[in-house]
Amino acid sequence: MTGPLRRAGGGPDERPQLPGSLNANRRLGQWLRFLPEGLVEVRSGKVELGQGIATALAQIVADELDVAPARVRMVPASTASSPDEAVTSGSLSVQQSGTALRYACAEARALYLEAAAARLGKPVERLQVIDGEIVAVGGAHTSYWALADERLLDREATARVAPKSTHRFVGSNALRLDLPDKAFGRPRFVHDLEFPGMLHGRVLRPPSPAAALRALDDAQARALGAVVVRDGSFLGVLAEREEVAVKALERLRAGASWSEPATLPDAHALADWLQAQPVESKVVAEHAAAGAATPARTLRARFSRPYLAHASIGPSCALAHWRDGRLQVWCHSQGIYNLRADLALTLGLAAERIDVSHVEGAGCYGHNGADDVALDAALLARAAGERPVRVVWSRADELAWAPLGPAMAIALEADVDAGGEVLAWRHELWSNGHSTRPGRAATPTLLAAFHLERPFEPVLAIDPPLPAGGAERNARPLYGFPALRVVHHRVLSMPLRASALRSLGAFANVFAIESFVDDLARARDEDPVAWRLRHLTDARAHAVIEAAARRAGWAARRRREHCGHGIGFARYKNLGAYCAVVAEIEAAREIRVQRLVVAIDVGQVVNPDGVANQAEGGAIQAASWTLKEAVRFDRTRITSASWEDYPILGFSEVPAVEVEIVACPEDAPWVGAGEAAQGPTAAAIANAVRDALGVRVRDLPITPERIAATD
Amino acid sequence: MPTIRLDVNGTERAVDAAEDTPLLYVLRNDLGLKAARFGCGSGRCGACFVLIDGRAVASCDTPLWAAAGRRIVTLEGLGSPEAPHPLQRAVIDEQAAQCGYCLSGILVSAAALLAANAAPTEAEVRAALDRNLCRCGSHNRLVRAVVRAAHGGAE
Repeated sequence: MTGPLRRAGGGPDERPQLPGSLNANRRLGQWLRFLPEGLVEVRSGKVELGQGIATALAQIVADELDVAPARVRMVPASTASSPDEAVTSGSLSVQQSGTALRYACAEARALYLEAAAARLGKPVERLQVIDGEIVAVGGAHTSYWALADERLLDREATARVAPKSTHRFVGSNALRLDLPDKAFGRPRFVHDLEFPGMLHGRVLRPPSPAAALRALDDAQARALGAVVVRDGSFLGVLAEREEVAVKALERLRAGASWSEPATLPDAHALADWLQAQPVESKVVAEHAAAGAATPARTLRARFSRPYLAHASIGPSCALAHWRDGRLQVWCHSQGIYNLRADLALTLGLAAERIDVSHVEGAGCYGHNGADDVALDAALLARAAGERPVRVVWSRADELAWAPLGPAMAIALEADVDAGGEVLAWRHELWSNGHSTRPGRAATPTLLAAFHLERPFEPVLAIDPPLPAGGAERNARPLYGFPALRVVHHRVLSMPLRASALRSLGAFANVFAIESFVDDLARARDEDPVAWRLRHLTDARAHAVIEAAARRAGWAARRRREHCGHGIGFARYKNLGAYCAVVAEIEAAREIRVQRLVVAIDVGQVVNPDGVANQAEGGAIQAASWTLKEAVRFDRTRITSASWEDYPILGFSEVPAVEVEIVACPEDAPWVGAGEAAQGPTAAAIANAVRDALGVRVRDLPITPERIAATD
Repeated sequence: MPTIRLDVNGTERAVDAAEDTPLLYVLRNDLGLKAARFGCGSGRCGACFVLIDGRAVASCDTPLWAAAGRRIVTLEGLGSPEAPHPLQRAVIDEQAAQCGYCLSGILVSAAALLAANAAPTEAEVRAALDRNLCRCGSHNRLVRAVVRAAHGGAE
């Protein structure tokens, strides 16, 4: 019996710190229970977002319990019955939930073995578990299923039972549990959920972020038999049939007039705008050189990224049902408990009277409209006389009203000596905060709450604390420089809703850092790979860079006209997965990325195919951000509210992607895979463009117009 | 409301809905066929694709009157767990999805392609899928799955 026991805090509650999310959810029975029919039901507070987490957690459970993965039933998270694991974000689910399940299952297994020992009259040491059967030497046997008794796990976890050190399922490819339903088109998504008597709801969002309703003529909408719901500037319709709700919404739109102040910045000068705003500033990292050498010169460059949309293929959707003063919500939120807290604040209802259940949505890449649509459904269902209501957002609202990944400006400076070696490095960044997630502020952050008759003030975006950080995520370079200063300016005006988009500030910070160091290497006539290796001491950083370079044939690459190679590297959050990407591009009428080689080290791997899938998907999505994407707006309205105006990379444009999972030291803890490739991919593409055309594009996206406009 | 007769997955179905109702809502809400999914409402993403007389068509953009009297096949009609279409088997073999929301429409586009061209090149597969959007970055796995299905499951 061993365990990572240490005392938490110094407060009166001197309970030992437990691993992962077990610490905040200490009852074993919260996590799992055995069912007599030969199944183990597992409750994680982390949710399936399309990233395959349910499959990875099932592998961990199967290993610790010695059962076949097919016996593991992953129960979708619900506030009624699941551990509170806050938000499924930050590439932390395997660390937090996987670790908790590992210890919870190890302890559950030990408790069941004790019960089996008593039942069989054999010592625990003489028992082994084979797919849930508990067999004694000599042949006597029972099973988890025969012994299934919830009281056995109705106790606090101790984490004193060490998890296994060798694994049968963890580390091997596992088939996605959710894929068969999706391949056969069976109901699986929240959009597919329906209840008897359900009404269809639609919400009429204002035409621009600061618009206020002036007048409303809803007669035409009501003439269709739809119910019109109004609470201040929050407007919606309810209808028996979906197409009637859609039609009534358009009639309501035609009958609404709005005042629309021009509150948006100049979309073509976003970096200037960011730098001119009131800010809250802090030094993120700083160290000075011991004996400061005099720089020969100082190099400066400013980088920027635009606002980016989540642009999931399926729009946000939720169902709500009021009954006997209680509210039930089904939605694809990343944080069901946090959402519940903000629903309670908005609706003036005790949180205990609200149940939020997770049902899968379309791919989730951060804080999108999933929480907002849950409030929409709750508000419309309140007018539905105890009938359930399903609300689906329009494509336009999905692109214009879900929170956006915020624009950023990054100013870099390097003092270099006569040989071009860096003496001092300075990084300053300007950005809105990267989180307006619900459940964390004194007032709600849900969209409709700002439009009610008695509205809540919009909450200014904040940044998660360091070391992970938000806007300042990955702003500190891993390269060894004699002197360093990193300053983070949180922009305090927020004309567009900003919140977490996959990798947060890391995408732009890594793009900027890795572009700048490439130019430093180039100025010295030094190979960019060699420059990076020379400035890094971490062996795992070396390993991914060398692996990507080797796989991509970096050393043997040949110059071809209009073609280029580039590399980018980062360790996500400076404490997560290591990732290096080599891009090969061809610059014809537009930039075509032909190949991306991704080398990634995520520590211990649960599902190698899952890691490869996440890394590849992350790289492709980042290539789309890098080459194509920017939220467009005039001074009043967002104008990129359709796929025509917000294009993403298509099948014919997607590069070949090779992912190599790099071996790590045996004791390396597992870290997430979904957000490691974004920054390195952007940088690798930008560096390849520089290699091909001699043009350094510093403002994303790298479009033909941008290239033409850059000297 | 008029009764409209539809030929869906080889079965005649009667639907009481206005003639201009988008086929997608009828498939999902009246006929309980959830594979075709709402993505944009204007035929620009492919999530709602179904086969109409063998062609991949946006059901969100197709009024009932235009679908009546024609052969409609949804992903459910292509195959089942008991008798999967080669594309469905290949998608699982290639683990070709992340969220899977776009998957139904992509398989429908691929089925239309394979019906017309039994051995497409990779470039032909990509061109055939260009009307479908995927946001998770599963494109290359999906292309491999279609090529695999065309080769009878072997890769």
